[in-house]
Amino acid sequence: MKQFFIFVKKEFYHIFRDRKSLLIIIMMPIVQIILFGFALTNEIKDSNIAILDNARDESSAAIIQRLDASRYFNVYKNLQTQQDIETAFKTGKVRLVVVFQPKFQESLLHTNHAQIQLIADASDPNTATTVTNYATNIIGDYQQQLNEQLQVPLQIKPEIRMLYNPQLKGAYNFVPGVMAMILILIAAMMTSVAIVREKEINTMEVILVSPLKPLLFILSKAIPYIVLSLVNVVTILIVSVTILDVPINGSLFLLMAESLLFIITAVSLGLMISNFTKTQQEAQMFSLMALLLPTLLLGGFMFPIESMPLPLQVVSNIVPSKWYYLIVKDVMIKGLGFSQVWKETLVLLGMSLFLLAVSFKKFKIRLS
Amino acid sequence: MKEIVIKADGLTKKFGDFIATNAISFQVEKGEIFGFLGANGAGKTTAMRMLCGLSIPSSGKATVAGFDVYKETEHIKQNIGYMSQKFSLYEDLTVKENIRFYAGIYGMSRTSIKEKMTALLAQLQMTAEENTLVKALPLGWKQKLAFSVAILHEPKIVFLDEPTGGVDPVTRREFWNLIYEAAANGITVFVTTHYMDEAEYCDRVSIMVDGVIEALDTPGNLKTIFNAASMDDVFLQLARGAKRTAD
Repeated sequence: MKQFFIFVKKEFYHIFRDRKSLLIIIMMPIVQIILFGFALTNEIKDSNIAILDNARDESSAAIIQRLDASRYFNVYKNLQTQQDIETAFKTGKVRLVVVFQPKFQESLLHTNHAQIQLIADASDPNTATTVTNYATNIIGDYQQQLNEQLQVPLQIKPEIRMLYNPQLKGAYNFVPGVMAMILILIAAMMTSVAIVREKEINTMEVILVSPLKPLLFILSKAIPYIVLSLVNVVTILIVSVTILDVPINGSLFLLMAESLLFIITAVSLGLMISNFTKTQQEAQMFSLMALLLPTLLLGGFMFPIESMPLPLQVVSNIVPSKWYYLIVKDVMIKGLGFSQVWKETLVLLGMSLFLLAVSFKKFKIRLS
Repeated sequence: MKEIVIKADGLTKKFGDFIATNAISFQVEKGEIFGFLGANGAGKTTAMRMLCGLSIPSSGKATVAGFDVYKETEHIKQNIGYMSQKFSLYEDLTVKENIRFYAGIYGMSRTSIKEKMTALLAQLQMTAEENTLVKALPLGWKQKLAFSVAILHEPKIVFLDEPTGGVDPVTRREFWNLIYEAAANGITVFVTTHYMDEAEYCDRVSIMVDGVIEALDTPGNLKTIFNAASMDDVFLQLARGAKRTAD
């Protein structure tokens, strides 16, 4: 135990003596989160939608049929009551709920206008805006077609509601994304660099010759970066709440616990990288290419995974950031509890255990 | 009969078809300064790594400080010190912090670290530099410090892998004084070197060529056997026959 403390203390000396890197580690999250204000909008295909049809008449059926026929939507579920709407969103499978008022057709034909309510999950604002626009257009087409047959113009007025993020703030989307990115970068890259540096300056040999246990070595290398990454999580959350007005809707404790789990996954990735790289540059390049790029491209916060080709969708499942992003979005923005994110949590846990086991085994082999 | 602290018997390491060390056998006595010579690629480092418990031999037997290199590497590690050709000190830590760290990972107690550190710094005349970052020290000082740190936990044997690479003759002489002192205190010194003048300082010398020990004796005897004026000549006569050049 004493060896462990001495080792961890030494790691902190390294970190605090390297002022430039320390400044980057501390400032990067703040700069990134303020810079990443603009995410990209993309065409979104095959979104699942749910229908609450209180009218059940010809017109509502025609609109539903049109929505379903379009390449943008799949009717995933027919809802029965108003309460079902919230439940449908919480499963995370539904992007948009279309609500028809009772006597939809009657009101349309007699008063010449009727209302449709479009409720979107705006925790991802770009997608929400895009899908409501698609739906509005499809409804507009139907209305135009009806009007061609009639003298008096009819009007169907879609009423749009954005759930979870009424002001459609981009920040709601990129805060979880930046968290995933920063943690992968700091935790994985810094850990791998810190271990590889010992190889580069030859202190590794001396440590291997010493009675220090390999597990203790790995742990003492990882702990300082876990601590530093937690500091980053706190910084990001403070900046989000105070400057970007993004609230923490769910449990802070759960959010921190999930972040810790993701940090451990990232650190395990770092250990893994340190196993097969020999120089600090190599470790750095590898971390950037193998971790940062997939996080950005396949993490889900820049490009919606649903609109990617199937092979990429499959590949995205092995990107830990994707799962962490989903968790943070659910817990922080939607305010959901553990019962809603346990699957994602389990995936991250599995990844960490696998990576740790592999890197520990590899480390032992290197000793022989 | 003196106590034998390193005993190798037919020690062999193969990497695929390549035989890095081929059935080497030797014994080192307690307090002896044992020079382990050979050209680059002769198999010195491989042999040393096996003795330190870093590498498992392919075949043969060896004990270090009485412990088996196959099964008791943990015990071996407690009983040896190690210093490699490139420095093993942390440049961004101070002299004191380096000493504390290395002593700490050998499990030394706080009080004994403090005691030893004071004595060590006085001996190296570095008390004034205790809070200086190692990167600010001259090369010779770093090497002397690295050696002293390697024997701080009072190992039975210290392995030195080309410890004096790149330093001037005066500093090398000073470094060897530290080695003599350690040997006088009963620490066995196992040293590899490229400098043939250093080979003369050793009690006994082994010369490896292509994975095999070609000669093993005191420097004086070797010079007589090979009818050479210096260890340099002895080495050249043996090394010329070498076929391997890569490290």
